[in-house]
Amino acid sequence: MAKVFIFPATSLILSDMVERWGHEALGAATGIRERIQTPSLDSPPLQMTPEDPKKGLKYAAVEVPCGVRGRMALYGPLIEEADAAIIINDADLSFGCMGCARTNELVLYMIRQQKGLPILDITYPKTDDEGVAFVTQIKEFLTGLEGDKNE
Amino acid sequence: MNEQPVRVAQLSCGPEHSGVQKEIYDAAAAVNAEMFFPDVTLADIRRSYDAFGLEVRSGDLKLAIARAMALVEQKVDADAVFIATCFRCAEAAIVRTELRRYIQGNSDLPVVSYSFTERTTSGTLLTRMEALTTIARRRALLAREKQKGTTMGIDSGSATTKAIIMQDDKIIGTGWLPTTEVINSANGVIEEALKEAGLEMADIEAVGTTGYGRYLIGNDMKADLIQEELTVNSKGAVYLADRQHGEATVIDIGGMDNKAISVLDGIPGTFTMGGICAGASGRFLELTAKRIGVDITELGPIAMKGNSKIVPMNSYCIVFGTQSLVNALAEGSSKEDVAAAACRSVAEQVFEQQLQEVDIKEPVIMVGGTSLIEGLVHEMGELLQTEILVPHHSQYIGAVGSALLASGFIEEK
Repeated sequence: MAKVFIFPATSLILSDMVERWGHEALGAATGIRERIQTPSLDSPPLQMTPEDPKKGLKYAAVEVPCGVRGRMALYGPLIEEADAAIIINDADLSFGCMGCARTNELVLYMIRQQKGLPILDITYPKTDDEGVAFVTQIKEFLTGLEGDKNE
Repeated sequence: MNEQPVRVAQLSCGPEHSGVQKEIYDAAAAVNAEMFFPDVTLADIRRSYDAFGLEVRSGDLKLAIARAMALVEQKVDADAVFIATCFRCAEAAIVRTELRRYIQGNSDLPVVSYSFTERTTSGTLLTRMEALTTIARRRALLAREKQKGTTMGIDSGSATTKAIIMQDDKIIGTGWLPTTEVINSANGVIEEALKEAGLEMADIEAVGTTGYGRYLIGNDMKADLIQEELTVNSKGAVYLADRQHGEATVIDIGGMDNKAISVLDGIPGTFTMGGICAGASGRFLELTAKRIGVDITELGPIAMKGNSKIVPMNSYCIVFGTQSLVNALAEGSSKEDVAAAACRSVAEQVFEQQLQEVDIKEPVIMVGGTSLIEGLVHEMGELLQTEILVPHHSQYIGAVGSALLASGFIEEK
């Protein structure tokens, strides 16, 4: 079983696919599992504290907005922990939305900078045919993944 | 409190991830308001994205736009709107400003916008939230145009404490002292004002307090009205300037922070409060006066004799501003030019940092102690390209506003 970071990190569909093929999905729900009440678009209070943006200083400098640093405090450690990553570019809002475009840029950059990390980097489908190919690509990527790098 | 809570719609990006959402809730709870996120569907977000026309990339900002449209189209009921985004985010700053303008231009909902950091506390937000809820809750009180009976207003500011006694729509007593120990300073100005008015405390029918020390003094005196300075000052300004009908903009450059408030028919609408640094406040002018060896009361006339454009000065930060000041004097600049440049710098900071957050509507009324520094008023007028009104007793504005509004409580007694 590999730990797979998913982007968008809030995607329940992607998270479900990763789990279905026998791996552990690392996403928003992992970071705030104990805190989140509902994954709706209402952005309910995550019970994050002002300490979180300070922890985010590891990933982004102090002049970066606190919302980016707070999000990085959630996602940064998960990316470091990941054995693989799936990136869905230009995803529809209903597929998963992380809220902040600047955080997205930094998260994607950080994933792509992880040396030797297997990454599936694909675009969100716009047609049924693309949808079938999309699922197939994810399935093939996940079935080809080896276990935890620390195992 | 038996009053219904004021329902404040929150349009935001980032507070939950910055750890400040709880601070927003706490500030709202302190003034009997409740924050809520307007419900919108995914279809609303998609439609709003095209309809509003601003191409943003952040999902939470798209959501904020959809929520703003739901409020303006009255699909969701709210009493007031609070817009909050991360400090230093350019995309969010554009959305924040445009949403404020959109809501202000298309509804009568009071709006306040704020850019936060992880250090933002409920205390910082309290005055803004109090003003927002007051505007929503106390329209009848704020609509008062004449003072009745004998009332007292006390303004406990960061630099000075002021008291005013009014009787039948006239000012009959004033008191003014530097703020040291809050209650002692208040007692001092009350004594001065009573003496000037020839009255005893027992003659006062109602008392209102405002400013940073409002709760301490208000609770001590069992004041009828304890009110933040945003609504009180704007009310006092249009009252003293006799501009209670139509539009107006009130600017108050204080000792510690600045306020800019747009007013319609005597009732404040959008406002901004803050100041990055004391370099954009009366403190920098005090420091300038001290450095050039004159009393603060002399700074304005001296500045009027100087040329503000000769000496480079940027008081974005009070330390850098002081460096410019020292350098200019060391290079042989005249004290008149330095005084004028200091006035211009403070006016520029307020213009750049705050006046962009409210739409300036004429007449522009300047109040507070700094409005007596004519060099500052002149420079602000130059920047805004308008003639600025400074009403009589402008340095007592908070106390006048409090005394005026407090008279609304006489009838209740």
